[in-house]
Amino acid sequence: MLWLSYIMQQKYYSVPKDENEGGLVLFCCSHQATCVQYRLVVRDVSTLQILQLYTCLDQVSHMEWSSDSLFILCAMYNRGLVQVWSLEQPDWHCKIDEGSIGLVSSRWSPDGRHILNTTEFHLRVTVWSLCTKAVSYIKHPKACQKAVDFSRDGRYLALAERRDCKDYVCVFVCDDWHLLRHFETETQDLAGLEWSPNGCVLAVWDSCLEYKVLLYSLDGRLLSTYSAYEWSLGVKSVSWSPSSQFLAIGSYDEKVRILNHITWKKIAQFEHPAILDSTKATVYKEVEKRPAVGSDEMSLHSITIGTTLFNTQSKYEISPLPVQIPVVKPDPDRANPKIGISALAFSSDSRYLATKNDNMATAVWVWDMQKMSLQAVLEQTSAVRCFQWDPLRPRLALCTGNAKLYLWSPGGCVSVQVPAEGGFQVQSLNWHCSGDSVILLGKEQLCLCYMDTDQEDK
Amino acid sequence: MPESSTVKDVLSSSVECRTSPLRRFSLTSLHRNSLGVFCSEDNVQECLSHISQELSSFGLPPVWTAGGGSELNIVAVLNCMYDLIQLHRRGLRTLENMEVEQLKSNSNVDFLQLSTTRLKEQLEISKRENTGLLERERQLQLKVKSLQNCLKNEKEEVQKLQNVIASRASQYNHEMKRKEREFNKLKERLNQLLVDKKEKKQAIDVLNNIGRADGKRSLWKTEKTEAKHEGEMYKTLLSDYDTRQRELQLENAELRKVLQQMKKDMVSILSSRKQAAKGDKHEHGGTQAASEEEDEVFDSSKDSVELYCVHAREKLTNSIRLQWRRLKSHVERLDSQVSSAQTSESKTADAVPRETHEEEMDRLKLEIQQCKDFIQAQQQLLQQQLSSPCDEETASLLSDCYMLQEKERLGDEWKTLEEQRKIFERERRNFTEAAIRLSHERKAFEEERATWLKHQFLNLSPFSDSKKPSLSKSKSAFLISAETEVSAAVAPEKFIKHQSEPPSCVPLTSPSTADLYRTLCLIPEDSSTKPKTKMEHVEESSVFCGNAPVRHKLWDDIQDRTLSQEKNSSI
Repeated sequence: MLWLSYIMQQKYYSVPKDENEGGLVLFCCSHQATCVQYRLVVRDVSTLQILQLYTCLDQVSHMEWSSDSLFILCAMYNRGLVQVWSLEQPDWHCKIDEGSIGLVSSRWSPDGRHILNTTEFHLRVTVWSLCTKAVSYIKHPKACQKAVDFSRDGRYLALAERRDCKDYVCVFVCDDWHLLRHFETETQDLAGLEWSPNGCVLAVWDSCLEYKVLLYSLDGRLLSTYSAYEWSLGVKSVSWSPSSQFLAIGSYDEKVRILNHITWKKIAQFEHPAILDSTKATVYKEVEKRPAVGSDEMSLHSITIGTTLFNTQSKYEISPLPVQIPVVKPDPDRANPKIGISALAFSSDSRYLATKNDNMATAVWVWDMQKMSLQAVLEQTSAVRCFQWDPLRPRLALCTGNAKLYLWSPGGCVSVQVPAEGGFQVQSLNWHCSGDSVILLGKEQLCLCYMDTDQEDK
Repeated sequence: MPESSTVKDVLSSSVECRTSPLRRFSLTSLHRNSLGVFCSEDNVQECLSHISQELSSFGLPPVWTAGGGSELNIVAVLNCMYDLIQLHRRGLRTLENMEVEQLKSNSNVDFLQLSTTRLKEQLEISKRENTGLLERERQLQLKVKSLQNCLKNEKEEVQKLQNVIASRASQYNHEMKRKEREFNKLKERLNQLLVDKKEKKQAIDVLNNIGRADGKRSLWKTEKTEAKHEGEMYKTLLSDYDTRQRELQLENAELRKVLQQMKKDMVSILSSRKQAAKGDKHEHGGTQAASEEEDEVFDSSKDSVELYCVHAREKLTNSIRLQWRRLKSHVERLDSQVSSAQTSESKTADAVPRETHEEEMDRLKLEIQQCKDFIQAQQQLLQQQLSSPCDEETASLLSDCYMLQEKERLGDEWKTLEEQRKIFERERRNFTEAAIRLSHERKAFEEERATWLKHQFLNLSPFSDSKKPSLSKSKSAFLISAETEVSAAVAPEKFIKHQSEPPSCVPLTSPSTADLYRTLCLIPEDSSTKPKTKMEHVEESSVFCGNAPVRHKLWDDIQDRTLSQEKNSSI
């Protein structure tokens, strides 16, 4: 009720169904690019009018906007090819061929004039310059969860390196790819690294076999080491708060630990208990209401079976305490057990933290970072696929693989039906940078959901 | 021991009792004669001496004195006999007692024997139990030993396994490293091969080079750029530290402010306490020094307010700590005082206040009840007042409060009433006209009568004098009744005039609400006796109350009255 008013219109269009390969969709601030196999379509976000059409050489596996939204990179990994298109000059083209060395990952540098290609087997990273056609190589990149990270201001690149069975971190200046720092890290097997949003601290974490988080200054000094426990599986996810004030670490023991930026010590620990009995948090439980179908409606029902099957109404109810959240016990014999905090996200104002515990797949937890306590729990009827914060407001959007979009804000919680024909299942979602619209990606369709901000302000 | 034997003994002894002196005598006596009789004619003397001996041995006075001759002193003998009998009785009694005692002790012995047997049995049982427990303990100890062994084994196992794990891990790590090295070698080789192979080279094909995003041209890599990068890096770091330091400084300043505020408050609280506890201090001479020290601390803290050097900070924190401790102790003392006071209060003066409390409560309750009654009465009165036409103005003011429906209903009733009133007025007018006519007629009649009287008077006759006073009396009575009748006839007219005016007009003679209330309650019975002005008010108020039968009755009453008035006037 609270939210329905500002979901004003929802535009959706379908991707041709004969192409069963999922399309790629990409937002930049004013444009939206979709790509199906080899055809790239760029549309205006507000009107959805087609602005440009490009044809790539092969099926595109990855695409990315440059930071200034002037170029689109389309990578065709199976051909080892990268094509770049310009929005301003449609006849301008650029093709990078990695040759027989192969290509597994391609990305823009923050300046939008360089492309970083990672070759197969992580042999090296090739940096191509669109300005000078110059090429430079970075050897020994590490194949891990997150080996490359640019600082938010785009000045520095941190890259994990594996050399002589030891982990190193290289810090490059993005301007001229000058190696600024190169230091060995105290990790067994580095799993990832991430710059703090202010670009002064680099968080480095070990693989899940060991709980270890290391914090390095920009100049390569080790600021602090944090380890919560030993022996059992460790870090699963890491996230900085936008204010660089907190570092949230989600681990396999179903806890989130928050480190502060002054002493780099733990200041809070968020547990995810299966039974909530004494909490001030609100527990929103999604309740589904299937529309009753009479026998006389059967014929009609059979025609529109697709819609009625998926268009079950649902709403949130505040469930009284104690609340039992369904828990799935993970198989201990399998690798990468489905347990622990796999997703962590701070709201844009650093006020809230949303988490998801893998063995409680139907619940999303929202924590208040001011009170350092649980604010809300959203218990869905099915497993949560994806959640993302509004880039401007404390507003969380999530999807569970059905025809609904769920939104949470401090004021309440709402589920919105996507008015699409057939079984539109929201697999993932993506906010536009203005926070005015969300793109909902189904298997064959996508839906653009606009928020009426005026209504919300009232 | 057999009980029967004792009984037999007792019996036999009792039987023997009588015979024994004889037998004993026969056995012991040297002077026993052949006949077997103790005393005979021959041995009286001997018997006497013997008896006296015997008696003396018993401690009795002799019956016979050697010097006294052969006669017996009968009195002494009787006394002796009596004493002997007494002795004998006593002996018997003691014997009986002894027998009873013996019985008792026998039974006691039996009981004790029984209990000893029982105890023996118990002892046996407990001994058995003890052995069982000992056995169990032994078993348990054995178990513990085995478990300890198990534990040791397990520990060893764990140790072994840990070693195994560690060795495996190291082995694994080693293998990993080896593989990684191999992998790296392969990579290198692959790289080399790919680089060497010329058939498909890496290439970039750009239509035309694009400019840099910042519009600048790229620079050559020199040492200068390197230094510049370093400098920039440190600059960013510095600025970050700067901002952080500023934030911390701000925070510190805030905290310091809070601290100072706290200190100030504490000082004020403590100083006030000190003043209050001055007398207290005289008793405890030891605290005097402490208070002096306190003063000193206060003074020293004053000048440290603006200082930020380490020393001053230390001083500040120290003084705060000191004062905090003092405050804490003070609060604790207050707490203890309060608790002690509470306990003493509860001990000593609990019953009395409760009573007074209850009394007070009762009183207050009564008061509340009275107030409620008062309010209710007022509400009622207010309602009536509102419903009466005399308060039409206030009613119109409060009209917003009325429900719309209520209003409509009232309007309808008002209309009917209006109609009725009109009829009533018409009727009344008729009556007044009739009354006027009547008065005219009466006047004419009176004139006639006057002329007649005059006539009578003129042709006065001595016998007609007696009739005159009665006539005058009747006339006066008639006059009075006529007066009332006239006033009654005028009053409705007045009233009609009022009613014909808009309803907002307040009647001149509005009675008090209390009166109204009273009259309303008394309508059915006293309506006929009430003065007419009041009656009308009642009638109208009853319209608002909506009790139509009463109204009709009233209407009838009025009609009756007017009729009766007519009758009166026609007299």
